[in-house]
Amino acid sequence: MGNPVVIVGSGLAGYAVARELRKINSEIPITMLSADHGGFYSKPMLSNALSFGKTPASILNSDAVQMASQLKISIRPHCRVTAIDQSESAVTLVDGEKIFYDQLVLALGADQVRLPLQGNGVAKILTVNDLDDYQNFREALIGKKRISIIGAGLIGCEFANDLAASGYQVDVIDISAQPLGRLLPPAGGAFIQQKLEAAGVAFHLNATTQTVDQVEDQLRLTFASGESIDADLVLSSVGLRLRTQLAEAAGIQVNRGIVVNRLLQTRFANIYALGDCAEIESKVLPFVMPITHAARALAATLAGNPTSVHYPAMPVMVKTPACPTVVSPPDFSVQGEWHVEVDTDGVKALYRDETGNLLGYALLGAATKEKNNLTTQLPAVLI
Amino acid sequence: MKKFQCNICGFIYDEAVGDPEHGVKAGTRWEDIPENWACPECGVDKADFEMVEI
Repeated sequence: MGNPVVIVGSGLAGYAVARELRKINSEIPITMLSADHGGFYSKPMLSNALSFGKTPASILNSDAVQMASQLKISIRPHCRVTAIDQSESAVTLVDGEKIFYDQLVLALGADQVRLPLQGNGVAKILTVNDLDDYQNFREALIGKKRISIIGAGLIGCEFANDLAASGYQVDVIDISAQPLGRLLPPAGGAFIQQKLEAAGVAFHLNATTQTVDQVEDQLRLTFASGESIDADLVLSSVGLRLRTQLAEAAGIQVNRGIVVNRLLQTRFANIYALGDCAEIESKVLPFVMPITHAARALAATLAGNPTSVHYPAMPVMVKTPACPTVVSPPDFSVQGEWHVEVDTDGVKALYRDETGNLLGYALLGAATKEKNNLTTQLPAVLI
Repeated sequence: MKKFQCNICGFIYDEAVGDPEHGVKAGTRWEDIPENWACPECGVDKADFEMVEI
């Protein structure tokens, strides 16, 4: 005994665990291993930083040295873990060094999915998944005017709003018939589309991007329909692929994410996972609120007081100032249907089961005022 | 009146607006918010906010 709690990952989930554990225990040694600079910043801010006037430097809250001192932990930046050896309770780094742990926390996050596109411009497509990516993106934006975003999900819509509000000409392309197709019923999708269009965003829906070619100093996106558009810069935001490889190679059960129980525990008693990489009772919830709850429960468990995670209803705010939107996605495995009220100021969509119980909602525009009242009527996500 | 921003999710607490849905009246100064108040968007503690410019 006497080895530290080792946290792999320095994103919101990794830092949330370190912070919560320190609040309740000042003794347990904690070592954080980070594949990047290891500094602390708010990832959700990346998609609305431009119009807030924030630079990549100002988004960085504290660097690794400051965080190590503040939380009294050891942080190893630029330190990639290549293997977990659970039989000797150690992780191996890329240079072969072994770090032994008493308890291991996997806060690995997720990668942006890369679509299998054709064309000689594919390598120029950017994704933004962390602060370093965002720095590259901001540098690439200099002198550019017309930006194409592939993917009209949460991140795509937020970036579209942020760029349009900052004077860029924005095209958003998606294979589905509406933006935010996984979160909003069609009337909600139509409403946010209209608001973003009024803010200057052009949508290309039911459109499958097939090729991205360099044409002089521009990139040309060609869709399956044969239609094409040109852009100075292309951003891809088509979804997340959870980082599960490290766990899988170590014999940890993996489904969509790293499978953990209510204690955030994998099949190995001293290996835990939380955040975007984790799957609890079939749920993968890549949002901030679940991390806050999971980190508190896990910190208590790590400190010797096994504590199950409970999730209340956790509404997700879509950071599109052109169309305030809040969604509490229902568990679609429960039978129910959307009841939608639309007017010129907003959309109120309530997902109810057949006896009328509220299971989820999507509120847009003026209807967002009802968020708190409706949230109290929602069931907990994990009781 | 000052504004404070959540370190974690970016939520802004504006003293002029308060957080009336959670019992914090408009005009409540940051230091007068109870310590058990949490960010209405991501649930983190008051201690995890930073001050932003007025």
